[in-house]
Amino acid sequence: MDFFSFFRKKKQNSSGSVAKDRLKLVLVHDRVNCSSQILEMLKTDIIKVISNYMEIDEEELDIQITQTESDDKNGTVPVLYANIPIKSMRKANFSEDE
Amino acid sequence: MSEVIVVTSGKGGVGKTTSSANIGTGLALANKKVALIDADIGLRNLDVVMGLENRIVYDLVDVVEGNCRLKQALIKDKRFDKLFLLPAAQTRDKNAVSPEQMKKLCEDLKEDGFDYIIVDCPAGIEQGFKNAIAGADRAVVITTPEVSAVRDADRIIGLLEANGLNNPLLILNRLRVDMVKRGDMMNIEDVTEILAIDVLGIVPDDEAIVVSTNRGEPAVSDPNSKAGEAYRNITRRILGEEVPFMKFEENESFFTKLKKIFSK
Repeated sequence: MDFFSFFRKKKQNSSGSVAKDRLKLVLVHDRVNCSSQILEMLKTDIIKVISNYMEIDEEELDIQITQTESDDKNGTVPVLYANIPIKSMRKANFSEDE
Repeated sequence: MSEVIVVTSGKGGVGKTTSSANIGTGLALANKKVALIDADIGLRNLDVVMGLENRIVYDLVDVVEGNCRLKQALIKDKRFDKLFLLPAAQTRDKNAVSPEQMKKLCEDLKEDGFDYIIVDCPAGIEQGFKNAIAGADRAVVITTPEVSAVRDADRIIGLLEANGLNNPLLILNRLRVDMVKRGDMMNIEDVTEILAIDVLGIVPDDEAIVVSTNRGEPAVSDPNSKAGEAYRNITRRILGEEVPFMKFEENESFFTKLKKIFSK
């Protein structure tokens, strides 16, 4: 470690890389062309379907479009990220119907 | 063979007009017959950047409406042989011209023997943008290393490709080498990684651009300007030459010199 590195900012926290990261995320949304209304509708539908099977914590629900490293291509691809906390499973009505 | 090149960016104020003026002048200096078209109807500025604002008689709208002949509206630049400007109308709006009329205008200029027709596109993605790109054979996208400008450039690249203008080329304008070195500005690799397009040139931030714009003399003709040198390189690349990207030398401060001694 050289003497002056003490004064230098860490590269990861430099405003240039902050800009790059923010830009990448903004572009993920822009390129997918998914409006917040559509995302909201999607969220409602997901809640509706999942609620048939389990009780979920709607307050803590987090659904967003973000990006992940692509397996085959170089670079990143958009992904739908959903974090849905489960409170409890619903009683299985299906077996009783038989 | 003649070519219509549209200079566009999406975001305003990143240097479209300055780039158009310098590319056009650079090509004229390389002995090509060049027409510069200001497509920013209602907000004309290419005339002042070129220092030709006192010579306007007719404008683009006069030509498409048939009030004058094309030759009458083209202002010949007395300083650069073979350089002509077609100014925008100042008292009309973007709807005064249609994409078909722009296409026809570009065809007419090609027939008149122009080697390059440079179209300075207005900011935005509305009618003015659609008009400006209508007659273009290829596109140059200008951006600066800022989040907002790169975001708009990405949108513009998508719209260009949707309109059949594939593989636009990028000019990264107003790069501050000192800030890149500090890590406080995105560099060319960051921007090209995000936009995934080929680079036509990198123009350093240069006070000489302000001075040359003040005077109405494009920096490309100033041998001492760094930005001018970047535009000369851009011109040569447009003409098909392989030109390596400029090495940006930073004036070393006492502190950085001292740092180097200590780091050994």
